Amino acid sequence: MNYWEFLIQYLPKMASGAVMTVSVMICALLLAVTISIIFGLMRITNSKPIQGVAFVYIEFFRGTSLLVQLYWIYYVLPLMGLTLSPFMSGVIALGLNFGAYGAEVVRGGIQAVPKAQWEAALALNFSSKQRIRRIIIPQTFTIILPPAANLTVELLKATALVALITVVDLMFVAKQLNATTWLSAQVFGTALLVYYAMARFALIPFLRWLEVLAARKVGKS
Amino acid sequence: MEWRWEFAIEILPRMLWATGNTLLAAGAGYAIAMVVGLILMFGQQTPYRVVNIVVRELVEFVRSTPLLVQLFFVFFVAPQFGVTLSAWTSAMLTIGLHFGTYLSEVYRGALEGVPKSQWEACRALNFSTVYTYRRVILPQAFPIALPGMGNYLVGIFKDTPLLATIGVAELMHTANALGAETYRYLEPYTMVGAIFLIISLPTALGLRRLEAAVARHQGKLNH
Repeated sequence: MNYWEFLIQYLPKMASGAVMTVSVMICALLLAVTISIIFGLMRITNSKPIQGVAFVYIEFFRGTSLLVQLYWIYYVLPLMGLTLSPFMSGVIALGLNFGAYGAEVVRGGIQAVPKAQWEAALALNFSSKQRIRRIIIPQTFTIILPPAANLTVELLKATALVALITVVDLMFVAKQLNATTWLSAQVFGTALLVYYAMARFALIPFLRWLEVLAARKVGKS
Repeated sequence: MEWRWEFAIEILPRMLWATGNTLLAAGAGYAIAMVVGLILMFGQQTPYRVVNIVVRELVEFVRSTPLLVQLFFVFFVAPQFGVTLSAWTSAMLTIGLHFGTYLSEVYRGALEGVPKSQWEACRALNFSTVYTYRRVILPQAFPIALPGMGNYLVGIFKDTPLLATIGVAELMHTANALGAETYRYLEPYTMVGAIFLIISLPTALGLRRLEAAVARHQGKLNH
């Protein structure tokens, strides 16, 4: 069987896996962004206990491995009476893990806005709501977008791990096809190409576009 | 299911033995990645444009595809070409290449972080290229590279559980085996998490201390 015949026969199956990969990614991304913002803000409040909680959360999820967290949520939580579907387990593990990394990005981004901007807004008699919405957040955006974009690409790659808890994503389909056809080079080679195409020609251009857009909004283009 | 301390203590020796393998895999993988990173960085700065572009695209490709898929690719594809690689060999090859691409970026960023004027000054002082690198450029590039290099050391360590999927007998693999033997998953998986935390947190802290120490040392040298 040459490679074209292989593609014609098996690409539709791999494409359905890729669709699952994208849905896992989008759901996990939404969860991760929410967690990043909440815990990133918690890290810079004045309250020590709140800061402490965020610190423990972030260091815990950054300090243990994603696969361990995934297995723990999928295999150990049911023993305690909480059974989640493979899809839910995957999304939650990815969201919690990347949320911890993202929280540090958010914290760094807010702290990187020059102090003078806060002071100037105060001097111009902006209300605290205006100050945050019109001055701080737009500038934070341009600062955090590049590292956040990196994390998003990492997230897309990390979704491959959900195959190990039986989510039928691209990696899972590849493993299945490998076991039935033994055309390992074609199967895993195609999977690598599909992941590459998703990152290089869809996700990364989109994220760059967002960066340019954000930069233009604050007059930094 | 309740946590049983006797069981946890009973499996501890096997878990610790596997921790040794995990550390070995991370250490050896990192050593390979550091060398691969150097090769990939210089591979993008050759006088031949075609070589530079090919290496650049290779780096982009490896960086934007999942380590897990690469691991399976190397492990399963090599036998098709008549080379049977052991799980360990495949693992070291894949980790070396995957993190080598990341480290090549760290190296490149660090070298670019040294001001151009340093090169010009060395030129003016008639230093040889080797001498310039050894005494002027690398000492200044090192502190810039250190945080990134440290991050990827911890990164490799945290990615070693993936090696269990191709049968490297590291921590995760042992935890899976213990679970299958005893039908108890709570203790093995929780202990894996705890061991990772116990190792990665102090390592991260130590790296931050090292960065601060190097920065201080550099400050003295520069004045």
